[in-house]
Amino acid sequence: MEDRIAMMHDDPAVDLTVDGSAVGGMLAAAFGVEMTAAPGQCAHCHTVSVVGAMRVYMRGPGVVLRCPACAEVVLRIVQTPRGTMIDARGAAYLVIERG
Amino acid sequence: MSIDWQLAMVTAVRDETPTVRSFTLGLPGWAGHRPGQHIDLRLTAADGYSVERSYSIASEPERAGEVDITVERIPGGEVSPFLHEVVVPGDRLEVRGPIGGYFVWEAGLGGPLLLIAGGSGVVPLMAMARHRARAGSRIPARLLFSSRGPDEIIYRDELDRLAAAGDGFAVAHTLTRQQPPGWTGYARRVDEQMLAEVIEPLGAGVRAYACGPTALVETVANALVRLGLPPDRIRTERFGPTGT
Amino acid sequence: MGERFVTRGFVGRREDATSGPMGGDERRRRTPPGQYLTTDFPVLSAGPTPRTPLDRWSLSIEGLVSKPVSWSWAEFLALPARDWVVDISCVTKWTHLDMRWRGVSVDTLLEGLDLDPKAAFAIAWSDGGYTTNLPLADILNSQAFVAYEYDGKPLAPEHGGPARLVVPARYFWKSAKWVRGLRIQATDEPGFWESLGYNNRGDQWREERYTDD
Ligand SMILES: Cc1cc2nc3c(=O)[nH]c(=O)nc-3n(C[C@H](O)[C@H](O)[C@H](O)COP(=O)(O)OP(=O)(O)OC[C@H]3O[C@@H](n4cnc5c(N)ncnc54)[C@H](O)[C@@H]3O)c2cc1C
Ligand SMILES: [Zn+2]
Repeated sequence: MEDRIAMMHDDPAVDLTVDGSAVGGMLAAAFGVEMTAAPGQCAHCHTVSVVGAMRVYMRGPGVVLRCPACAEVVLRIVQTPRGTMIDARGAAYLVIERG
Repeated sequence: MSIDWQLAMVTAVRDETPTVRSFTLGLPGWAGHRPGQHIDLRLTAADGYSVERSYSIASEPERAGEVDITVERIPGGEVSPFLHEVVVPGDRLEVRGPIGGYFVWEAGLGGPLLLIAGGSGVVPLMAMARHRARAGSRIPARLLFSSRGPDEIIYRDELDRLAAAGDGFAVAHTLTRQQPPGWTGYARRVDEQMLAEVIEPLGAGVRAYACGPTALVETVANALVRLGLPPDRIRTERFGPTGT
Repeated sequence: MGERFVTRGFVGRREDATSGPMGGDERRRRTPPGQYLTTDFPVLSAGPTPRTPLDRWSLSIEGLVSKPVSWSWAEFLALPARDWVVDISCVTKWTHLDMRWRGVSVDTLLEGLDLDPKAAFAIAWSDGGYTTNLPLADILNSQAFVAYEYDGKPLAPEHGGPARLVVPARYFWKSAKWVRGLRIQATDEPGFWESLGYNNRGDQWREERYTDD
């Protein structure tokens, strides 16, 4: 885990990572509510952080949100012709607050 | 909440520095925003090819029916050079927003407030500073602003005016590449020592907002944690590869 | 959604497939449907760049082989390698013609390993947790290699170095960065993107981007 955090902070491609709010528009369109202030719990290390504080990797086939504490995958989002697919296996829970 | 794409009319274009330009977007049905939020912008070619980018809102929410965005021209970029070279008043652009609920500050949240910006990262922080002034807030606030050279300081005159207003807003500049003769500000990249000096007059309970190129935000967030700020009082907005 | 809005004057950062040094016809012929040509090498990332020290690095073949094998970095570099000049297409819509790599053919890696008759799929797995699945039929016979040089230089970490799988006939997400092993299986097992909306095969000439394409 130490290794993973070091990787996240000392990455030759670090410039390509952004914060959770960068996918705020996509998430708002998918969930119908503002999501960047929504808390979620990492299923790996149990840290609770809001979506806006998660690390976003969006230069790829899909979007990957990672836990700021342990760098594990919390959410994966893919936009397909059918709609937005969200894999939340890495989240113990995610609070979708009342709009 | 409606997050549908809508058409904005470009009503004004203004140069901030040789590589940074502001655009006023007229949005008749705009529901209002919170300082720190952004919009998504979508460009679509005739054959359907399209790209999206995020741009922070620079203007304060007290201004109704329109927002300003401020865009740094990234050489080789797909969207920012287009905005600089092609877009003129009268053009229409597709946008959605406002977006975000985490990287926001409004006077009601309290302070003291520490703002740290690198280059165009000053944009959402400017919305906070403008809002603070318009709302008549006297919450102590300090901006540490890193630019490459004296001609590249975005919003320089307005920041000078805000700092001269005597309502508790201060600005510290650092120029990383080129300093004019007699420069008394910092002259290096933001580091822990600099942050410690800027934060010191603010006392306890600081709320920090750091924004700009990812590498700078990375440095700032780590340094603030080492200086003892609780992580939940440090909010970050990484802009990605913005070339600084 | 009514009419699509078109932004005045916007064409995007795309190369014109109809002109250029090679001649338009050849460039067009080599550009799969829905793709745009580029001369950049964009970095695709799903996570932080792993930093496994070379003295702890290994490449292994396991699963349905009579005896699993694992090469150290030095042993891997000692395997017969060759230069490969291939066209690469990414599902994010860029195609880069004539990318020059050096690496070891998957045929070489599997040589003499005595595959179980039931072996039909390879799951490539990487440092950082990434996986992608490929039928063996898609990676044998000089169709895939493990690259350690790009354009005459050691493969940069952000591009998958020290070594990445390259499968030119499939969208680039099948070319696992930071590859550490191939697991040979009888049954298929969708990988990181294949399990979330992306096509299981990913043939760019059939434009197999999403699950149902
Ligand atoms: C929430 C948010 C708010 C933002 N607000 C602002 C703002 O107020 N003002 C502002 O100026 N910017 C802002 N940005 C940044 C903005 O969204 C764009 O990233 C920026 O304008 C560059 O876009 P571009 O299309 O011009 O460049 P791009 O085409 O995205 O390229 C940018 C640079 O990165 C390189 N690059 C791009 N993709 C890759 C890749 N896959 N691998 C390697 N290198 C690559 C390019 O070569 C180029 O040097 C914000 C970003 C976020 C996430
Ligand atoms: Zn975690």
